[in-house]
Amino acid sequence: MPEYVDAGSSLFTMTLGKLSLFPHLRTQVGCMSHGQSLVRSSFATPALWGAMIVFGLTHVLGSSMAQAAPQTPATSNAATADQRVIAYINQHIRQGWQDFELKPSDEASDGEWLRRVFLDVIGRIPTAEETRKFTVDKASNKREELVDSLLYSDEYIEEYARNWTNIWTNILIGRTGGTQPRTMVDREGLQQYLRSSFLYNKPYDDLVVELVSAQGVNKPGEENYNGAVNFLLDNTDEDATPATAKVSKIFLGTQVQCTQCHNHPFNDWKQSAFWEMNAFFRQMRPLRTFDGRDIVSVELTDEDYPGENNDPSEAAIYYELRNGLLKIAFPKFIDGTTIDPQGYVERVNRRQELAKKIAASPQLSQTIVNRMWGHFFGYGFTKPVDDMGPHNRASHPELLDALAKDFADYGFDLKKLMKWYLLSEPYSLSSSRVAANTADDPTLGVKPMFSHFYMRQMTAEQLYESLLVATQADAAAGSYEEQEQRKTRWLQQFSVAFGTDENDEATTFNGTIPQTLMMWNGEMINQAIAGGNGSLLYQLAWDNKLSDQQKIEQLYWTALSRRPTRSELNVAQQVWRSHGGDTMAAMQDIYWAMLNTNEFILQH
Amino acid sequence: MTLVTPRGMTRRHFMSHLSAAGAFAVPALCLSESLRANSPQLTKQHKSAIMLWMGGGPSTIDMWDLKPNAPTGGPFKPISTTGDVQICEHLPLMAKQMHHMSIVRSMSTREADHQRGRYFLHTGYVPNPNMTHPSYGSVIAHEMTPDGLEIPPFVSVGGASEGPGFLGMAYAPFVVDSNGQVRNLRMDVDERRLAQRMQLLDAMEKNFIGQNRGEVAVEHQKILGKTLSLLTSQQMDAFQVQSEPQDMREKYGENNFGRGCLMARRLVEQGVPFVEVDLGGWDNHQNVHATLRDQRLPVVDQAMSALIEDLEQRGLLESTAIVWLGEFGRTPRINGNAGRDHWARSWSVVVGGAGMKGGIAVGETNEDGTEVITDPYNSQDLMATICQALGISLTTTFTSKNGRPMKIANSGKVIKELFA
Repeated sequence: MPEYVDAGSSLFTMTLGKLSLFPHLRTQVGCMSHGQSLVRSSFATPALWGAMIVFGLTHVLGSSMAQAAPQTPATSNAATADQRVIAYINQHIRQGWQDFELKPSDEASDGEWLRRVFLDVIGRIPTAEETRKFTVDKASNKREELVDSLLYSDEYIEEYARNWTNIWTNILIGRTGGTQPRTMVDREGLQQYLRSSFLYNKPYDDLVVELVSAQGVNKPGEENYNGAVNFLLDNTDEDATPATAKVSKIFLGTQVQCTQCHNHPFNDWKQSAFWEMNAFFRQMRPLRTFDGRDIVSVELTDEDYPGENNDPSEAAIYYELRNGLLKIAFPKFIDGTTIDPQGYVERVNRRQELAKKIAASPQLSQTIVNRMWGHFFGYGFTKPVDDMGPHNRASHPELLDALAKDFADYGFDLKKLMKWYLLSEPYSLSSSRVAANTADDPTLGVKPMFSHFYMRQMTAEQLYESLLVATQADAAAGSYEEQEQRKTRWLQQFSVAFGTDENDEATTFNGTIPQTLMMWNGEMINQAIAGGNGSLLYQLAWDNKLSDQQKIEQLYWTALSRRPTRSELNVAQQVWRSHGGDTMAAMQDIYWAMLNTNEFILQH
Repeated sequence: MTLVTPRGMTRRHFMSHLSAAGAFAVPALCLSESLRANSPQLTKQHKSAIMLWMGGGPSTIDMWDLKPNAPTGGPFKPISTTGDVQICEHLPLMAKQMHHMSIVRSMSTREADHQRGRYFLHTGYVPNPNMTHPSYGSVIAHEMTPDGLEIPPFVSVGGASEGPGFLGMAYAPFVVDSNGQVRNLRMDVDERRLAQRMQLLDAMEKNFIGQNRGEVAVEHQKILGKTLSLLTSQQMDAFQVQSEPQDMREKYGENNFGRGCLMARRLVEQGVPFVEVDLGGWDNHQNVHATLRDQRLPVVDQAMSALIEDLEQRGLLESTAIVWLGEFGRTPRINGNAGRDHWARSWSVVVGGAGMKGGIAVGETNEDGTEVITDPYNSQDLMATICQALGISLTTTFTSKNGRPMKIANSGKVIKELFA
């Protein structure tokens, strides 16, 4: 077991219920964390950060910044808090093993764990150098140091922000949002906003409030620019019914889309609730600026809303029951609380009111805690992660509640949440199953018990970035925007938009034949094995100091974060010999096969 | 042939390289049934189904079940057809084929959200967080892939269709662009090197699978085998729509949906049991009638009628079921933007071929189209009907991964009027 689990075990053996007997501990740390967020705000506003990005982050992020940044880990109080949370995660998960008579898998090897963390936190595999450095490190707390380094150091901050920007862009507007003709969405605008948010670790509640209540122009460089508007601009059609469904699902873990037309078949959601939620969005108005037929920019504003009853002092909307009866609805949040129903923006800005209610809702933290758990562990406490409620019981309801509470108490700090997960016992386990936990297989429809790591497909974005690492060519060249555009273009081949007003889409990057054909014959794989100037194969081919065996080993370290087994080495050497001295051809065949293995393309 | 396999490699030739390589064992992934087969001529006895999927929810009240006397019936006039049904005046070519096709006017479902509706109409099941159900294509591929088929038995053209659910990735749709291009088929190495790469790859795969890491790793190896099978198959020619004569391409329409339907015919000829062709752009909340008249209907009319006629002339319509549908219909009411919104309560689908009766209307809606007034049919009934037409037994029961027995097509009842 890693050391951190045992530290202070006398404290950690207490049950969760007893923890609430020590409110002073939480309050103390909670206060500190809020104090920190004040310091942070005065240091750099989001707008300032946006400006920094334009001028190139690396110059701005001097060492003085790193010292001033509140993200630097950890006074001893914070460290104790982390240990407390990690300990109860482990305890709850172990309880599940006990209840279901499961035994955990062995701990993952250093290389495997490292690869996993890199993929989950910064979206790419580690380089051979990073892997070697970590595996030879003898320090007992090296895993924690690595996590801190990925989350908090200057070295990785840009990659961290890039990864989470990608992830959240996909959550908010999908892979095709902003790529269709005459769209109102500026994908780069949203990405720039998200990037600045993740660079300075904006508290999650602030992020959500900004996305839900955003006003301004969608496009970078325009007057009154606010990239956050691009989320809702993707969802304003049909009286904002898509916005209603998306906001409820993404931030509150509540799937209401079917209640637009009828009561929910499985839970208490009534049709009225959908429209009462929808009423919050009816002041929202997108204003397009055209050049001919092309949209130049779009401003998201709020305007006085007279209601379908034409009475702005009490602006109502109407909806139709299945039997054809018309019903009336006013803004009412899912917890039953209401706001002043008038439609004048100056008196009541409905989206701002909604944002406040979302920020105060316990469902906000429950949903994000669940979503993030799903990200790191392959399955959330519920499946899907954004469909929570009595109809879909969580696998570990008490753990979910406790994490949600702590997440909120510690200032909605996403990095802290990640750290708790990354250093927990279940995250450290191998994906190789043992006889006593093969039954723990959520693909069979059972609740996940996390007794081994659940292997999964890399996302298209992870694979893209990892192939760049494997290639080591100049594919990463160009400005940030150019790199992202190149990646977006590449990703398009896997995206299918359904062309509906709700912007539904699907990906064919799902482990089927088109993906395999891409990995066999596609542009990126060809680049990786072409041996072009500066690429890994080029460097190895011309390196006279390395033996053939060392070259093979280097390929293994780069692609798979480990050294080859004896038999793998044998096979590779046979291939090598069969090429009769053509080192490049030999390496091409070996590397091609290596990049196509399940071991490379899976997160394991 | 224009298809680029590694330097014109043939299957037999490739296999000889594998066995000649000598130094290694022949990789397991190359020994799948289909690869061992020597490109046999497929028997023509097989049956197939083609699904024409109208993504977004087509306004069937303006196409197949017109209400010219209702105030909200819209501007389109009904015309007579070669069958015993009337359809929209903007479907003149289809009017000449309607003796082959029937309209089910009594579809009544409950899912009026795109995602949920798409899932429901593809699987016969409403979405359920604990279970993913197989879609039409996966079920049919599972039940009736003919021996010797080297290309995927479930092809989706121009859209993603829905997945295999608990049947596993081996029955996932093979998704291709509607232009007939399958990406990344060109492999610039010779056969000897491809064989060598396959052997290396196989050794590494087996090593990883041997570590008991679960199904994802095993499924990947299966997909590798299928990819190799496809890459070295002459049958890939079926995707090459551009090799059709000019007049045939023009007959179907020189657009994505037209090419997709033409590809479907070529695939069915080759023995593929299920093809879906997608046409989007039906989510007409605004200006529904202008959009239908000027854009959607001409495309559907040309391609669908060409497909039916072509299949019939080739003697394939008897063995090929065609089903035209979307996730739901659209409101009988016309909204403030001259559009129609989502409507699942009363709408139509069109089916025919594979021995199903043509030229009739099944079921009926009331005078303004807001209610089905005969026995309603549901998604699972439609699925059961297609299975029946293909000769798949409706007592077929799958076992889901958690051991639960799942009856094919969710125990739907066959639309009996089509088999009278």
